[in-house]
Amino acid sequence: MPSFQRDINRLGKRPTFGSNQRKPDAMTLCDKNTFIEEERHVKANDRDYNGKFPYADNRIKTSKYHIVTFLPINLFEQFQRVANAYFLFLLILQLIPQISSLSWFTTIVPLVLVLTITAVKDAMDDFFRHKSDNHVNNRQSQVLIDGKLHNEKWMNVRVGDIIKLENNQFVAADLLLLSSSEPYGLCYIETAELDGETNLKVRQALTVTSELGEDISKMAAFDGEVVCEPPNNRLDRFTGTLFWKDEKHSLANDKMLLRGCVLRNTEWCFGMVIFAGPQTKLMQNSGKTTFKRTSIDRLMNTLVLWIFGFLTCMGIILAIGNSIWEYRVGDDFRVYLAWSEVLDHAVFSGFLTFWSYVIILNTVVPISLYVSVEVIRLGHSYFINWDRRMYCSKRDTPAEARTTTLNEELGQIEYIFSDKTGTLTQNIMAFNKCSINGKTYGDIYDELGRKIEVTERTPSVDFSFNHLSDKKFKFYDHSLVEAIKLGDSSVHEFFRLLSLCHTIMAEEKNEGELVYQAQSPDEGALVTAARNFGFVFRSRTPETITLCEMGKPVTYQLLAILDFNNYRKRMSVIVRNPKGQIKLYSKGADTILFDMLHPSDEDLMYTTSDHLSEFAGEGLRTLALAYKDLEEEYFEEWFKRHHFASTTLDNREDCLAALYEEIEQDMKLLGATAIEDKLQEGVAETIACLTLANIKVWVLTGDKQETAMNIGYSCNMLRDDMNEVFIISGHTVLEVQQELRKAKERMLGSYRDVGNGHTNSEKLEMSKNDSVVEETFTGEYALMINGHSLAHALEADLERVFLDIACMCKTVICCRVTPLQKAQVVELVKKNKNAVTLAIGDGANDVSMIKTAHIGVGISGQEGMQAVLASDFSFAQFRFLQRLLLVHGRWSYFRMCNFLCYFFYKNFAFTLVHFWFGFFCGFSAQTVYDQWFITLFNIVYTSLPVLAMGLFDQDVTEQSSLEHPKLYEPGQFNVLFNKHKFFICTAQGVYTSIVLFFIPYGVFLDTVRDDGSHISDHQSFAVTIATSLVIVVSVQIGLDTSYWTAVNHFYIWGSVAIYFSILFAMYSDGIFDLFPNQFPFIGTARNALSQKSVWLVILLTTVVCVMPVVALRFLRVDLYPRLTDKVRFMQQASKKQRPLEHNLKRVRRTSSRRSAYAFAHQEGYGELITSGKNMKVTNPFSSLPAGKVQGSTSWIENLLKKRTDASNSASTERTPKQQPPQ
Amino acid sequence: MSNRKGPPGSQPFMKRPDNTAFKQQKLPAWSPTLKAETVLPFFFLSGVACIMIGVLLIITAAGVQEIKVDYTEERDCAECYSLRLDRANSIIDCACTVFFSLSEAFKGDVFMYYGLTNFHQNQRHYMVSRDDAQLVGRQYNLKNPSITCVPFDKYKNGTPIAPCGAIANSIFNDTLQLFYHSDKNTETPVPLLKTDISWFTDRTVKFQNPSPKDNLTAAFAGTARPFYWWKPAYQLSVEENNNGFVNEDLIVWMRQAAFPSFKKLYRQLNRTQEFNDGLPAGNYSVKISYNYPVGKFKGRKSVILSTVSWLGGHSNFLGVAYCASGAIILIVAIILTVVHLKFREKPLGLEEE
Repeated sequence: MPSFQRDINRLGKRPTFGSNQRKPDAMTLCDKNTFIEEERHVKANDRDYNGKFPYADNRIKTSKYHIVTFLPINLFEQFQRVANAYFLFLLILQLIPQISSLSWFTTIVPLVLVLTITAVKDAMDDFFRHKSDNHVNNRQSQVLIDGKLHNEKWMNVRVGDIIKLENNQFVAADLLLLSSSEPYGLCYIETAELDGETNLKVRQALTVTSELGEDISKMAAFDGEVVCEPPNNRLDRFTGTLFWKDEKHSLANDKMLLRGCVLRNTEWCFGMVIFAGPQTKLMQNSGKTTFKRTSIDRLMNTLVLWIFGFLTCMGIILAIGNSIWEYRVGDDFRVYLAWSEVLDHAVFSGFLTFWSYVIILNTVVPISLYVSVEVIRLGHSYFINWDRRMYCSKRDTPAEARTTTLNEELGQIEYIFSDKTGTLTQNIMAFNKCSINGKTYGDIYDELGRKIEVTERTPSVDFSFNHLSDKKFKFYDHSLVEAIKLGDSSVHEFFRLLSLCHTIMAEEKNEGELVYQAQSPDEGALVTAARNFGFVFRSRTPETITLCEMGKPVTYQLLAILDFNNYRKRMSVIVRNPKGQIKLYSKGADTILFDMLHPSDEDLMYTTSDHLSEFAGEGLRTLALAYKDLEEEYFEEWFKRHHFASTTLDNREDCLAALYEEIEQDMKLLGATAIEDKLQEGVAETIACLTLANIKVWVLTGDKQETAMNIGYSCNMLRDDMNEVFIISGHTVLEVQQELRKAKERMLGSYRDVGNGHTNSEKLEMSKNDSVVEETFTGEYALMINGHSLAHALEADLERVFLDIACMCKTVICCRVTPLQKAQVVELVKKNKNAVTLAIGDGANDVSMIKTAHIGVGISGQEGMQAVLASDFSFAQFRFLQRLLLVHGRWSYFRMCNFLCYFFYKNFAFTLVHFWFGFFCGFSAQTVYDQWFITLFNIVYTSLPVLAMGLFDQDVTEQSSLEHPKLYEPGQFNVLFNKHKFFICTAQGVYTSIVLFFIPYGVFLDTVRDDGSHISDHQSFAVTIATSLVIVVSVQIGLDTSYWTAVNHFYIWGSVAIYFSILFAMYSDGIFDLFPNQFPFIGTARNALSQKSVWLVILLTTVVCVMPVVALRFLRVDLYPRLTDKVRFMQQASKKQRPLEHNLKRVRRTSSRRSAYAFAHQEGYGELITSGKNMKVTNPFSSLPAGKVQGSTSWIENLLKKRTDASNSASTERTPKQQPPQ
Repeated sequence: MSNRKGPPGSQPFMKRPDNTAFKQQKLPAWSPTLKAETVLPFFFLSGVACIMIGVLLIITAAGVQEIKVDYTEERDCAECYSLRLDRANSIIDCACTVFFSLSEAFKGDVFMYYGLTNFHQNQRHYMVSRDDAQLVGRQYNLKNPSITCVPFDKYKNGTPIAPCGAIANSIFNDTLQLFYHSDKNTETPVPLLKTDISWFTDRTVKFQNPSPKDNLTAAFAGTARPFYWWKPAYQLSVEENNNGFVNEDLIVWMRQAAFPSFKKLYRQLNRTQEFNDGLPAGNYSVKISYNYPVGKFKGRKSVILSTVSWLGGHSNFLGVAYCASGAIILIVAIILTVVHLKFREKPLGLEEE
């Protein structure tokens, strides 16, 4: 219980609260730096009081730098990276003259280049952050200051301020709702930005504060004090207390308007700022995203460490060599080289030489490696952004690579975790078919009676006869409209039911412009269908429902709503029609409703049941509809009991349920509806294709088991021909454990059966060879697990078992899972399977899993942006995933691997020449090449061709990638770049360096020019080796490039050309005249390259370096062609011939499975409607009895209580009655 | 990447990516594959080509005549060798003569080299010990040698050394004179040219005397000779255009050898009178003013006479290397062919692995 005391002297008229007293100063006088907020005290309209606490103001700052601080902070950050720090260290070493074996510019030029590029990128990013910060901070809001409303910028809003919001405005900070334009202080908000849910949520002010109304003077006088929890990131929880006028009022989350929400359907509302700026729940949630690295990154870091080790070894070998040389030869050499004193000791000289060699050999891991990798990834990201085939024209959303450092990981995905709603499905419910009185409507047939597939061009029914119709609604079967026009009574009754039995709110802004606020999209679809077929639901009051039936306004008296709950699986309304008849209309799950029908309906029931199976077979969500005429007296009597029951305190739920059950007996069946939970385009094909690519797709959804299962079937993840679908739904650890064990036994059992049955069968042999047991299963199994069981399955002792079983199944669907569980499942796989995971989702509930997975993908273009903001890649449709992985991911991985192989090869070849030369120059760390060549080799002479390869190379075309999903597998097994590959390419580099050094060595030992003058000088030798090196690595990149675009040609030939032009330019007279000491190689190029013998050396080294590579590659392709090679050959062989279309088309399943019923909403809205609390009444206080107003405080509590009850009851729910499949 | 959100109400397809071959990664391209039809002939051809080049090179190298006379401790030079072991004796002159004979005449241009072994001109500290700005005649650098020259940059009294550095200091200072003995008693000095023995670029661009160029004594005023030199730079030669920094012996020495054993061009035959066609066969002697001490570092000195071909010198390495590579390539080509014909996976089917 919070306790505090007012400082009466200072705060004057503040009331005191009995014995609950404490000095606020005890907290406020703490040192600001050590202030840890345990409890927040906010007083309305009192900036002085609130100012004593170090509460954040409403200015947000996501930017990192300032103009002045940019350089130091950015440089500091950059040098925290190991690579940069390492190069700085090298630079410092180079400044020591005794050690410096290279000029300072060889390191500083690349380093400065890298630092500049990174700094510019950081500056740009920060500039955009500044811009968006400013935009948000400068939004206007109306703040109550000194008794008047002032327009203030958001950033000037303080904790404790009272601000006024208007309809469709963003909430500026976390507010306590005080009053609103709606009755009972209700207000509606949309929380899409926060949690991705697009349906409206209700918030209600305290009664005491809602009485303040719009009165500014009363508002200004409001001096309540809120004591609440400190800032945190829980969006769904708030605890606090309002102290006002000697009273305490407890506050919960339903009184809070959080920053990021939008006010809807509410003219205005007043709120008091509780948390501002960075302390709002929104900002607290947008915590720093963890920095993701790819597995190649990690491998690269390991390899770089190895290389450093290798470098140290070489350094030590050469240093020892130097000591020995100094001792045995160098001493004698003193006549010509009088050493300075410090060097006059062999061991010390060796020590210095070690560092000198560290400098020289550092080019094994050049700084340009890191930059090039980043550049390549950035390029790949742009290709993703630019891909028209991942652009959704409907929403005008292109794909977007939000993280530019993970691209090659896209080519290594093994597990995909997908959300359902909004990701696999569109979250659009479409009224697709119906069965009325034993006749189905919805399918269309051609003249010959064959069913026609509905396409974009199929003409839809013209609803123009109905001026209230929804233009977006599409229906293709004309017979239904004809039936309505003919006045078929059961059809009329069918749609009347749909337009009456629901909990939707209608809003009619202009005549005919109806907007339905639906609790669940299913309901919206049904009522919209009724609306188009001429039974328009127009408005409702607590007691009436007004329809427009076939153009005529009809008002029904609403007598009762028998609300939906998970247990009942149905809802009913009781209405009195204008003729005075009382009718009960009910809709619900067929399994439930069919039990309550009048026995005379049996025939119709069987027909309808057949239709339902048919609908279910197409993956539609169904509801059965029934009605009942009620006797006046019976109803009166029932209603009295109902009234009594609803006012009892104990056992009210059960009483009501029994009453409902009683009146819903003996109903007459009207028919059934079938709603299509529209899958996103191409979901089934995509999943099929991904499965072929050996990617496992798991669905993690918050939805009900039935819905999830339904979607599983409709996207072909679950099939009737599967051996078994295990459903784990235990409530205790033991039950879950048993169920898992049973599942495992069944799988192993059937496997053993197969094994015993065909002992000599091929399969068994295969399985013997295969070490991974789980892959030997021939049967196809699926696993469904719900959130309760998952909680147990994820406990430490069960998680391995669960994971093993899940991985043995072809399909895993987790339903009713919380966001946290989604992340836990991802984490489980990530940790134990050592596999690359991808999570895809669209809502805020997917954020945790998106952040946890190696790669997070957000579905963009929807209203909520949370998932997208947390994601690494985003696009508009699930089916783009196929392209993202199989084309972009595969290429990225392929390119990156080839790039790394080549890069390590190139630098080993380049650098190790120094090592060999060490043995001939007294281990003195003399470089072989000209210093400028060392500076430019990596950044100018060889960077562009390999970049071009890394950016543009394609081993097979995109069509082939999509047609042969198996091509994706190398990435999953890390085939293209691993430690083994690294050794191969470094070995190739070492070999090349040996050839590069020793062939010229053999020649230069004893050679002269054709004019007799000597050429065996160091400079000519350097030029010869450098030229050979450039040519050899250019030929090698030519061999490695499998897709020669004009850019590749330009870069490869261009690089060689650039090499020669820079060579001649730097060795020219002019530049020597300017800087004689920097360019001492004057004339070497001319003198050396005019010699035929030098060219013969270059030719020989090239041949000797390249031929073995060509031979080995040819042998590999010829003897052990990989799938890639085969596809390439195919491509070449049949360039003109159109490749065969792989048939991945969706196969309509024929299933006997009963589908899920179409109810996705929570109960409680019936009560909301009948209580009338959400109706607009001009003056609620006069039109309703005061008692009801008093009761309203408890209404939301009731609602909340009921919800928790419902979820509890759902857990103890008996297994739903389901008709067994025939 | 920034969040690209278009302005509301913007026209449709605003954000549709452009349909260009580049952005859609559909650039026309050539994608070569390693096919037997191309690889095998390529191997055979290059193998044959390498062998042919190799044979040609061996024949060419065989046509070059060369004789090398090691005079380190040869005959009376042995005395000088031991004399030079002690640096204190450096002021004592020592001369000796070595004899050799040519069984065949050296036809055409003949070049005379001196060879040194075990002399690490490629040692890093040695390599950097020079000042190219001084050698190109810049006044400032003449008086202020680069710190790379330390400790051969200045005398203790501060007089700058020109040319500075360890390389110049350790210049090869033996003088070699070649004599032809047409019979036992006649001794004809073979006319040798001191010029045109260095690279054209070196003597015209890289090395320049400080001004005034017509009065080198004045130009070098204020500088001193390197420690080990007998005379200052401006007295290296009596000829005007071969003196000071542009003295070709100095230039040749300053072009550091790549390896510890090297030969440097010393003189070239002046083809006049009886030496018009080169060096006739017969007996020769070389008179050596033996100054350069090599005993300390166990080096050897030699004098080499050689003719040249289009390829350069006598070396057989390149020819042999080509032949060997060609042979290996041919063998590999045969292996590849056999493997291809016998073990290749026959159908290029696409059955998934």
